[in-house]
Amino acid sequence: MNKKTVQHIALLANLKLSNKEIEKFQKQLTEILDYVGQLNKVKTKDIKPTSQVTGLENVFRKDESGPSLASRDVLINAKKTAKGMFKVKAIFEQ
Amino acid sequence: MKLNQLTIQEAREGLKKKKFSSEELTKACLKQIKRLDKKINAFITVCEKEVLEQAREADRLKSDKPLWGIPVGIKDIYSTRGIRTTAGAKVLDDYIPVYDATAVKRLKEAGAIILGKTNMDAWAHGASGENSDYGPTKNPWNLKYVPGGSSSGSGAALAAAMCLAATGTDTGGSIRQPASFCNLVGLKPTYGRVSRYGIIAMASSLDSIGHFTRSVIDSALMLDITAGKDSFDATTPDIPVPNYLKNIKKGIKGLKVGVPKEYFLGSLDKEVKKIAEKALKEFESLGAKLISVSLPHTSHALAVYYIIQPAEVSSNLARYDGIRYGFPRDRFSDEAKRRIMLGTFTLSTGYYKAYYLKAMQVRTLIKEDFEKAFEKADVLVAPVSPTPPFKLGEKVNDPLKMYLSDVLTVTANLAGLPGLAIPAGFVKGLPVGIQILGPQFREELLFQAGYVYEQATNWHQRKPKVE
Repeated sequence: MNKKTVQHIALLANLKLSNKEIEKFQKQLTEILDYVGQLNKVKTKDIKPTSQVTGLENVFRKDESGPSLASRDVLINAKKTAKGMFKVKAIFEQ
Repeated sequence: MKLNQLTIQEAREGLKKKKFSSEELTKACLKQIKRLDKKINAFITVCEKEVLEQAREADRLKSDKPLWGIPVGIKDIYSTRGIRTTAGAKVLDDYIPVYDATAVKRLKEAGAIILGKTNMDAWAHGASGENSDYGPTKNPWNLKYVPGGSSSGSGAALAAAMCLAATGTDTGGSIRQPASFCNLVGLKPTYGRVSRYGIIAMASSLDSIGHFTRSVIDSALMLDITAGKDSFDATTPDIPVPNYLKNIKKGIKGLKVGVPKEYFLGSLDKEVKKIAEKALKEFESLGAKLISVSLPHTSHALAVYYIIQPAEVSSNLARYDGIRYGFPRDRFSDEAKRRIMLGTFTLSTGYYKAYYLKAMQVRTLIKEDFEKAFEKADVLVAPVSPTPPFKLGEKVNDPLKMYLSDVLTVTANLAGLPGLAIPAGFVKGLPVGIQILGPQFREELLFQAGYVYEQATNWHQRKPKVE
């Protein structure tokens, strides 16, 4: 993994990294990727992937509303609120 | 024996016979926390005022409920209504949940008193407790050593007699490994047996919700309370929950104990190997039949785990934006950043097939290995950690070396199996455990095997001397 890839990944993951961190992570992530790369040796042609391990599929429920939290409770941890809503920074400039 | 050293079973008995009150029991735990936690750092939050009120209330009202008036520690990754919940991370330094995790709700309904929230590797990322943003937890058996992780505080708190039981989460060994390092019984239930609702998510296809206790009976008693379908977690199947205590003393005459040969190879520490082999002989002398089994894809399990787990981590940690609760993403510490980056990379265009899809395919092969082994054996017995407890600072600057601590535990998470860690001996005064693995949803077999072994060996009776 080169420096540019580390920067690109950090951007995708919304993480701000210092130059020192980029260097450190480049080395460490490369080492880990080298290790997990051993899977290339395993033959997996026609093997189905497992993403759910107990075999459950399409668990449905009735589309009915149940008890839910009051908006006052939902907002209790927000740093900024306005008129019973979360207040966020503007995304578009005027 | 001091009140804070009792098992749940003993405490219930004492409370029932009015030998002591819940208030006395709770005070004994609080006193121990005050005496030792500056050194051990097992708790992030202690609910001192509230618990004494709750204990007095429990004494006044009385009930037959299984945990009535029993003080327990809760890993700080379980949402607790009105009690700060950090997941060991400064991103959530001031987060106060407005609802309880289902497991917490069930424990409370059974009468448990929530003593406080235990320290942990931030976001449950780690095998030593050293990744906590609230400082490392020390092993009560020797303060220079790690207690294991990520449920470091729960393991240390129970071993140091600060509570009567503690909860944990096990995504790659985070209950079984600290149980092994602290001479405790640790249960990782089958994936989906206990609801994940309200547990801060690490890797959603692997996270298992379990607990630490001082005896196998206590472990079964706790699972009786927490297990079962929950409408808030669609991965909890509608499979009946047996009464885990009912047949626990049945014995293991004729039980086929599989010995997975791959777990005794490679870099396994010689002393740990000796202890596991001695345990196998013990099972044999108790009436079990030892059978050699092979799990050929074991050597690839850790690689599979360190693709799937960071991928799911990167997705789960994407929600922390500091807007609705908590602080912005610049508060993530190194291990979280590493895993977010690793997961983001393996899921990104051009790499998904080579890494993530490949890992999910090898996961299938690992799961099939176990299915074949369980055609021959009823349960499997193996070491938990490839080494005895290690020193603080020994692995913390080498992520890959730290990851290798999980090599014998991640397999159960990948295959969704239940695993029970139980005390099995000591190396230079430090505890070493073994794990019993079973087929999915067969926890009762693990308790039966664990119970007879525990009663025959009594390792679990040994307590650390901490001053």
